[in-house]
This record gives sequence, C-alpha cells and structure tokens, in this order.
Amino acid sequence: MSIATETIVPRSRPGVAARAWAFVKRHALTAYALLAVGYLMLPIAVVILFSFNAPKGRFNYVWQGFTLDYWVNWDSVLGLREAVITSIEVGLLATVVATALGTFIALAIVRHHFVGRSATNLLVFLPMATPEIVLGASLLTLFLNTTAVFQLGFWTIFIAHVMFIVSFIVVTVKARLIGFDRHLEEAAMDLGADPLTTFRKITLPLIAPAMLAAALLGFALSIDDFVITYLNAGGTQTFPVFVWGAARVSVPPQVNVVASAIFLVAIALALANVFWQYRSAKRTQGAT
Amino acid sequence: MGSFFHRHPRLTPYLLLAPGVFWLGLFFLIPLAFLAYQSLQSGIYPTFEFTWEFSNFTDAISDYREQFFRSFLYAGLATVACLVLAYPLVYWIAFRAGPWRNLFLLFIIAPFFVTYLVRTLAWLNILSSEGPVVGFLRGIHVLDEDGQLLYSAFAVVSGITYNFFPFMALPLYVSLEQIDSRLLEAAKDLYASPREAFMRVTLPLSGPGIVAGTLLTFIPAAGDFINAELLGTPKQTMIGNVIQAKFLESLDYPTAAALSFVLMGMILVALLVYVRAVGSEKLTG
Repeated sequence: MSIATETIVPRSRPGVAARAWAFVKRHALTAYALLAVGYLMLPIAVVILFSFNAPKGRFNYVWQGFTLDYWVNWDSVLGLREAVITSIEVGLLATVVATALGTFIALAIVRHHFVGRSATNLLVFLPMATPEIVLGASLLTLFLNTTAVFQLGFWTIFIAHVMFIVSFIVVTVKARLIGFDRHLEEAAMDLGADPLTTFRKITLPLIAPAMLAAALLGFALSIDDFVITYLNAGGTQTFPVFVWGAARVSVPPQVNVVASAIFLVAIALALANVFWQYRSAKRTQGAT
Repeated sequence: MGSFFHRHPRLTPYLLLAPGVFWLGLFFLIPLAFLAYQSLQSGIYPTFEFTWEFSNFTDAISDYREQFFRSFLYAGLATVACLVLAYPLVYWIAFRAGPWRNLFLLFIIAPFFVTYLVRTLAWLNILSSEGPVVGFLRGIHVLDEDGQLLYSAFAVVSGITYNFFPFMALPLYVSLEQIDSRLLEAAKDLYASPREAFMRVTLPLSGPGIVAGTLLTFIPAAGDFINAELLGTPKQTMIGNVIQAKFLESLDYPTAAALSFVLMGMILVALLVYVRAVGSEKLTG
C-alpha cells in the first residue's frame, strides 16, 4: 500500500489562483451562454414590442408609444387577412399530403430492403441540399413551360410546398421508426391479423407521435417559406409574400401582430412538447 | 387489398414509395431538366428558342462575377461567425446546462418561429441609426457622429448569421451531446489539462457536427437574397438577388436559369473541396 502511494507521483492539488481561474472560466462560459441567448431572443422581443408601438409616420422603426390598436384591428390592412388565410390553407393542405407521402417513403426505407433504396435516399436528401432559390427557379421554369397545365397561383404554391417539405417529413419519421419494436407487429400477424389491419391497429398508433412531430415541422416550414413561394406564386399572396411587398414601402405594425401571434402559438406548442417529454420520461423512470 | 400484399410482399416497398417518389420526380427532378433546357435558350420574352446557347453560361459568369464572389464571401463570413458564436453556447448547453438543456435548445430554435422576413426586418429596428445600438457605438466613438450600421456589408452578414444560426447550432449540439463523458475522464486521468482534453478529445469528436453545421449554414446562405435586399444596398447585391430579379422583373429566363445552374455548380465544387479538405469520414461518421 504505502509503497504504491510513494511510487505514484501524487497529483498536485490545484492552487488558489488556479481554482479562482477555473471559477472565472466556468462562469465566463455561463455568462457567454446567457448573452448568446439574449442575442437570439433580441429580434423576437423587438418584433413583439413593435406590435404594440404607435408609430407617428409611415415607418415602424422607432418606439413612440404603447397601443393595442393593431392587435384589435390586425386585419385592417388591405390584403393581410387574405394572405394569412392563404398561408394557413396552403400550410394545412401541403402538410397533410406531404406527411402521408413522407411517412410512406420512411416506412419503405426503414422496413424494406429493395433495389433502389440508396437511390431513394439520395432523392430524398437532394432537395434539402439544394439552395431554395434553385428549387424555386427550376419549378418556375417547369410551370412557365407548361402553362397549358399549370397556372401560377394557389395550386403551384401547394405543389412547391409539398415538394420541399416531403424530405423533412421522411427524415423526422425515419429517425423515430429506427427504434421501433417490430415484435409487436409480428405478434399481431401471428394472431391472424392481415398486413393492413396490423398497420392500422399497431403500426399507425405507434408512429403517430412521430407523424405529428413531422407534420408540425412541415407546417412551420410551409408557413415561413418565402423564396420558393415568391417565385411560384404568380399574383397570389401568402403572409411572407405580403411582408415582402410591404417592406418595399413601409411595414405596418399589423405585420408584427401576425408574426407575434404565429410565434406565440408555435412556442406554446413547443413548450407543451418539452413538458410532455419531461413527464413521459418521468413516468418511464417511475415504471422501472 | 390485404391479400394482395400477402401475395406480393416484394411489391410493398414500391407501392409505399410510388406517390412520394412520383411527386419528387415530377416537381424536383424534371424541373431541373427544364431549368437546363431554359438555360440554353435565346430570345426575348415572351418568345424563347432552344438554340444550345452556351454563351448564357459564360456571360452569366463574366457579367456577375462580382455578385458570385460576394455571395460566397458573405456566406463564408456568416458561416464562420455562426461557428464561433454557436460553439461555446452549445458546449455550455451540452455539458453544463443539466436539466435546463431542452429549454435552452428551445431558445436556439425559437427564432425559427418568427417569420423569416419579419425577424430580418427586426434588425432594421435594432441597427437603425436612431436606435440605441448605433447611439451607444457613436457615444464610445466606435462609429463616427454620422456613422451607421444599416445598409452595409456588416448588416447583411449579421442578418445572414442570425438567420442561419440554428442550422449551425443544432448539429453541433448533437455531436457534442453524444460525446462519452468517460473519454474526458480518461483524458483527465492521463494528466491532460482541460485545454488539452478539449483540443484532443472534445474538438475532434465534435468534428462531424462542425462539418454538418458548416454545410447546412453555407448552402442556404450562398443562395440567400432576403438579407441583402432588406439590410443592404445595391452595393451588397448577392447572386440570389440577380436570379430573383431576372425571373420576376426583367423576365430574362435563360440568363436566370443559367445563373441558377452556375450557383448550384459552384456550391457543389465548394462542397467537394471542403469535404476533401476535412476528410469524408467526418461527414458520414
């Protein structure tokens, strides 16, 4: 015992200076993290704050005074209500279609071995690796050269949104499918259920949370998209397209109102999700 | 229907794939072919003819060399800024935030919940010459009396940095969070100083996150035109602005299509060079 402790060089205890330095370093990082979070939150705070501003001129850049007017009369700007409704309609429709298509692709890629699997993976990956302007531009050239079939407007926006959302749905659903217990499906089959019944009664309920998460992501991407939409919208306006048009003249505070409302709904859903994960994590901990 | 799947199990994956692959084929792959077709046309709106007009490409590069250069410069600067700003924050979340991790991750993605254009416009308020930031910088004489931040390369790069920050932070977080803490303990047991442990264990292991984050930030940033349009002047025009204006304002479709292709090609080349430089195993592993 004693021989061993003598032969090993004892690690020198950190001195006071070293400990003080470690303390500073440790807290410097924490301080930096809080600053960085402040940086990330600053524009969000500004957007919300200026939705309550009462600008004196046309420009909503400088704080003048508090008002609730623009929240009450959020749709008093010509075209804003229609643009918001179009955004929601396109978002819902594109999300439903893309979630179905994307889930099917994810199921095929994770569950089956087939010729062309890596080609499919590549096809799903490519749209995510292509700059939006190229995605939008190429789709626009298709529409411009087939005007007999496609007229720019609501449906071309819908087509474009499904196209760029599908990949994100596939990736999200795939990530959750990989940890999926296939014994449950095998058990259902052993008990005489045919593949479709098995899918409906076992698979679908189990992957539903992943599909929901993917759909929320898809909807968020759709409602936020500007570049692809703008190129393929023709005269139709979604909320971001409306903001772009307004930004060339002056942005009314109502734009901040709508953006703040979208933010608050999204953050409420995200917080609910964090809370739900926390609770289910606690419950599974309790079970074991 | 059920018995159909029983009889043809090999067909099942193809049936699952059919609708999605059809959509991506028709509205992603075929449009790329149309883009190529359009880029080799000549003429004036509304009559374009397919004439193998390769000069569209050479003209695109020589006429807009400046915008291409600026796009890659701004995207590169913003990517480096994102990496430098995000790394310490994400490191802190992964190793020090404890039970608050999910909350702080939510802070990172929160900007995504504000419409892209609106959060970019918020920087107009923040950097405005009447705003407190410029006032403070003038007060401490970092800026001249009439100096401004808006409508400059600085404003555009800041806007891009802010807008694509989460694309850098999230993959970085994933790679840092996966690091086995026993490796760091082992480094400590082998007398590595915290600095050495970071340089020789943490940093290399976060390599895949750095690579993924760099790609996810750089690619969309190089094609962006919103920040240059809203926070810059015509002196800060990027290639995205040109493509967008050629398609929607001057209706010069062949040049716009050629520019899109050149942009995509340049990004691909930049990717290949980058992946070569860092080693492809970092990308996959």
